[in-house]
Amino acid sequence: MSSIKIGRRGLLAGIIGGAMMMSAALPAFAQETIKVGILHSLSGTMAISETTLKDVMLMLIDEQNKKGGLLGKKLEAVVVDPASNWPLFAEKARELIAQQKVAAVFGCWTSVSRKSVLPVFKELNNILFYPVQYEGEESERNVFYTGAAPNQQAIPAVDYLMSKDGGEVKRWVLAGTDYVYPRTTNKILEAYLKAKGIADADIMINYTPFGQSDWQTIVSDIKKFGSAGKKTAVVSTINGDANVPFYKELANQGIKATDIPVVAFSVGEEELVGVDTSNLVGHLAAWNYFESVKSPINDEFIAKWQAFTKNPKRVTNDPMEAHVIGFNMWVKAVEKVGTTDPDKVIDALPGIEAPNLTGGISKMLPNHHITKPVMIGEIRKDGQFDVVWKTKDLVPGDAWSDYLDGSKDLEADWVGKKCGNFNTKTNKCGS
Amino acid sequence: MITKYIVSRLDGMGLMFLAVMAVVAVFVPLSNLLLPPTSAFHVPTYLMALIGKYLCYAILAVSLDLVWGYCGILSLGHGAFFALGGYAMGMYLMRQIGTRGVYANPILPDFMVFLNWKELPWFWYGFDMFPFALLMVFLAPGLLAFVFGWLAFRSRVTGVYLSIITQALTYALLLAFFRNDMGFGGNNGLTDFKDILGFNVQAQGTRATLFFLTALSLILAYLLSRWMVTTSFGKIIVAIRDAESRTRFLGFRVEHFKLLVFTVSAAMAGLAGALYVPQVGIINPSEFSPANSIEAVIWVAVGGRGTLVGAAVGAILVNFLKTVFTSGFLAPYWLFLLGAIFVIVTLAVPKGIIGTLNGYYERWRGEDGEARWHRKSADDTTAATSNETGAGAKIHG
Amino acid sequence: MLRNARLFAVLVLSLFMATLSLSVAARAADFAASLEKFAADDFTETAAAVDDIAISGSPNAQKVLEALGNARLFFDPQTKKVYIGETDNSYSDAATGAKVATPPAGLQTVRVNNRLRRNIDMAIGTLTLLSPDAGRRQQAADSIFKSRDAATLPALENALKAEKNAAIARTFTEARAAILLSQPDTPRADMLSAVSVLRGRADIGAIAALRSIPDKADADVKAAANDAVAAIESRLKLISYVQNVWYGLSLGSVLLLAAIGLAITFGVMGVINMAHGEMVMIGAYTTFVVQDLIRTRAPNLFDWSLPIALPLAFLVTGLIGVIIERGIIRFLYGRPLETLLATWGVSLILQQAVRTIFGPNNREVGAPSYMSGAFDFYGLAITWGRMWIIVFTLVVFLTLLAALKWTALGLHMRAVTQNRRMASSMGIRTPWVDALTFGLGSGLAGIAGVALSQIDNVSPNLGQSYIIDSFMVVVFGGVGNLWGTLVSAFALGIANKFLEPLAGAVLAKIFILVLLILFIQKRPRGLFALKGRAVEA
Repeated sequence: MSSIKIGRRGLLAGIIGGAMMMSAALPAFAQETIKVGILHSLSGTMAISETTLKDVMLMLIDEQNKKGGLLGKKLEAVVVDPASNWPLFAEKARELIAQQKVAAVFGCWTSVSRKSVLPVFKELNNILFYPVQYEGEESERNVFYTGAAPNQQAIPAVDYLMSKDGGEVKRWVLAGTDYVYPRTTNKILEAYLKAKGIADADIMINYTPFGQSDWQTIVSDIKKFGSAGKKTAVVSTINGDANVPFYKELANQGIKATDIPVVAFSVGEEELVGVDTSNLVGHLAAWNYFESVKSPINDEFIAKWQAFTKNPKRVTNDPMEAHVIGFNMWVKAVEKVGTTDPDKVIDALPGIEAPNLTGGISKMLPNHHITKPVMIGEIRKDGQFDVVWKTKDLVPGDAWSDYLDGSKDLEADWVGKKCGNFNTKTNKCGS
Repeated sequence: MITKYIVSRLDGMGLMFLAVMAVVAVFVPLSNLLLPPTSAFHVPTYLMALIGKYLCYAILAVSLDLVWGYCGILSLGHGAFFALGGYAMGMYLMRQIGTRGVYANPILPDFMVFLNWKELPWFWYGFDMFPFALLMVFLAPGLLAFVFGWLAFRSRVTGVYLSIITQALTYALLLAFFRNDMGFGGNNGLTDFKDILGFNVQAQGTRATLFFLTALSLILAYLLSRWMVTTSFGKIIVAIRDAESRTRFLGFRVEHFKLLVFTVSAAMAGLAGALYVPQVGIINPSEFSPANSIEAVIWVAVGGRGTLVGAAVGAILVNFLKTVFTSGFLAPYWLFLLGAIFVIVTLAVPKGIIGTLNGYYERWRGEDGEARWHRKSADDTTAATSNETGAGAKIHG
Repeated sequence: MLRNARLFAVLVLSLFMATLSLSVAARAADFAASLEKFAADDFTETAAAVDDIAISGSPNAQKVLEALGNARLFFDPQTKKVYIGETDNSYSDAATGAKVATPPAGLQTVRVNNRLRRNIDMAIGTLTLLSPDAGRRQQAADSIFKSRDAATLPALENALKAEKNAAIARTFTEARAAILLSQPDTPRADMLSAVSVLRGRADIGAIAALRSIPDKADADVKAAANDAVAAIESRLKLISYVQNVWYGLSLGSVLLLAAIGLAITFGVMGVINMAHGEMVMIGAYTTFVVQDLIRTRAPNLFDWSLPIALPLAFLVTGLIGVIIERGIIRFLYGRPLETLLATWGVSLILQQAVRTIFGPNNREVGAPSYMSGAFDFYGLAITWGRMWIIVFTLVVFLTLLAALKWTALGLHMRAVTQNRRMASSMGIRTPWVDALTFGLGSGLAGIAGVALSQIDNVSPNLGQSYIIDSFMVVVFGGVGNLWGTLVSAFALGIANKFLEPLAGAVLAKIFILVLLILFIQKRPRGLFALKGRAVEA
């Protein structure tokens, strides 16, 4: 009896002891370097998008170290794999902050992953840089949103399609995957289109499940909807994986960009790598960055990226640019206050400027969003985009949409008002 | 008296497990609250949250072991019951936010406000009251399991077929909860919780209390399961597992027994989910994904099917490995390891860790009657299942 | 555009009638000047250039416009000269058409957007109305029908007179009708005859044209048009039911293809192979590798990539299947639930292995010419790819049935699954048969992957999206019954497609799952359950 007991006790003790040892041993390195957390899925369904962002962060940190590091210390990347599992995101965020004592975290792709780490960042008071376009309706003290808010992507895209160059579209299909980002974006767009005088009958909204692969019915519905004698366009918030079969079906049913253009908010260079684009020429995407943009800083970035990944065909995309801007802003803020203390860096970040890769200077705003140019690109045969339209100035990101009832009176200001949801009607934070 | 009764129902392994759990339940929260961070015995909040999560999974594993290990019902949809319990708790926590949400709407949760919902859907009524929410934690999964089980067991859906339709069940729920129109927050789920029973969910004291409650629940879940399987009732469900038809011919209403075990197990999984949500801070539809439920099955298999203690140990061990293998240079290899665990456990350690240890233990003690009975029943299982599948194999073409 | 219509029309007309008053030299100068506008790299300038070139009458006009549309028109930012990139990678001067031995460095593509692309299509359409190539004339007619550009009317009428081919002539007439209808000053009688022409066409395009009638048209013309639209719509409604059946068949064939291997491994052998989806995925990746090699080594063989990939995918996945069977599954016979767990583990490993080898991104698998595009079949739009997949699925299914029935391996397989001991004592090497049966099931999944690579993502997650559906198909159809699998796949496909327009894609899927769960309660052994003693253990 006793020998077994020891075996069992050893096992349980080992489990707990092992975890403790891990937690005790790791902070020992923390003295020499400044740690930067990278929280992107490397396995599971989201690895398709997020792996690249991990690589770009490693490159940026590597470069910064070549320049001599930060505050005289080397930066150290701490990579974890939340494996496309949302509760694991929260666990890993906690591990990065509490155990690894990182100075800031760059990570997340989906909104739900951001939502699941939010409580952790608030509780442990750290900084998250979130690089992906999202539905807005959020402004948190601990999060800096370097991707596009809806007013930096969706609304300009619709404006373009309504313009003469865009084909003076009068009828709209809002097609999306059934989750929060498309739902919110479409709500905003619906309100915006109605404000522009589009009738209900000229708006068709369609939602599909994640990973939808059979698009026959929906594409033929779109075709039918587009035959009403008015110029029709599709605004697609279809999520990554479902796009390839969607575009394949479009091409097969003979819908060309000249007939019914599709403007997508989740399709970039990376996504097109897996698609034969010869039939998609002319379909559109709205982003704040395209690899094809000619600027010295972008050329340099692409060259560095391809050298770093040792792959001359490796493409760049918009969320990568967001990380570049975010990282540079963080570096500048840390240099400005001379410490990585999150409270001081959070206060220092608004107002910090960093060059974006398309030749402008982006600025961190008091609402923790940044200013970005908005560009519309048309898909080319080689899987790149031709920029066919671009805003003259940088557009400031708006956390709270002006087109939603619940949020039109809200304003985020972490500098003056010190809150993320200041209500301009009641002049109070929160209510 | 009660103590004596409980002890009489336990084996050495069970006593051991209870002792360790009792120590963990008391030591971890106290050390976290009272000892200074510099102390060698201090358990940091991070670790407490992590272990708390493992323990929730352990309750789920115990509930799964109750139906799979003792009744032969391999549920590939137990994650659904876990998630339903979690949603019930999540809905309570959402209602507690009140005007502290970003839109300061006193009734509607944030996700409803920005999607222009005007009023609270009927199924959200009552969740502002903790007792009601607590009731629903057990009732929602329990009721689903009851209805599902009543249909399935009555029409004698067994074995692989049952596994596959439980998987279909959780998959259908996954798709349903993903829909924003369902009113459960869609893909993002429920999050940004503030209070539980008036206590801040992020406060250290609340965390410690939740941890204690989780450990206590695991102990109670174990005791309940142990009690169920060691009474004469337990003998019957094991008989159902080993030879369902034979048990039926002996005059037992097989489907009633199965239904009861299945429902109790589902409610237990719901409790695990309810404890999980405030500690993790979010509940969303991914908990319904079939892969999660299959992963829960492997926890049980790793620890040892039909041992209860093994299920808990397996859950804790696999999740600990997951924590280790998703950090640092090991990061891309987690799926390789998890896959390998599945293969190795089924091939090389079919009885799981605790089952194998039990085997050694019994050999060391000399084979007594109990052990022989266990072994024999295991052989019967193999024979029975091979009969059933062998029969299905026939080509019509 | 319309303001210049008359001028434009006159000029185009004059071009084709070869009654030009301008001197050849002057035209050449104009042409060169308009070419220079391309070098401005500005959409408005490019649009002007397109208009100018369309009416320039230059013999090079069509070639320049086509090059522009295909992104093969380049300009030199320094000299402002414009070049055409030929398909054989040489360059020619756009102004003269002469070959250029060495093109200047730093050539930039003349960019176009959708508006320009439409203009280019229109211009080319007008230019090719009299093309000797019937296909091009048809294209031109189609593009004018879509654009309803009044400026092309004279040229169109001219072409209509000269047209010998009845089908093309009809499209010309329809295009003419569409243009006439959209003009406010068309006489009433012409309007009415145009309505009847379009009513005869009876498709979505006709509805679009009929709806473009100007507001100030006569009431009876409007009424006739509305009447025609209603008639066409009711016809289209009827067609849409047939179309739904077709979509259902197509979805069903995909389900069947994904499930057919499972019907062997699960249905016949009783092995729950959760790595089945990964076999499909590996089959798709095999196609990718084949296409990749063909693209770099022998681009002209591209159309053969699928026939080459099929046997390869079958062999690769079949071999992996045999390895899995010999390495893992054979130890687990009679323990179906354990095989479920072990093969789930295998699926995780295979997924992450593919992710490590090929990267996490989607891989591009192109469609050979016979798999792309669509054709019209009595008003049904049928895409070639989908049609070939249905045909392919049925061929695979029938071949499999035949193989099980008439080959020695098929006989052995049936013998082993019906009575293993008896088969063994008759001299059949049962372990060998097990391995081959599992290999066959996996190989079938592999060829399913080749077909699915044509319609879905080729990514490490490909398999996961099919595994649950495949199990549903097999269980619904009745385990061990291949015909049951066939019926259930098509039934589920068609049911899904009829529910989808009613309830939306998400709810349709949930309904199907719930119905399936309820159905299994009613018939626990599926649609076509095996009867007799063997069923109940």
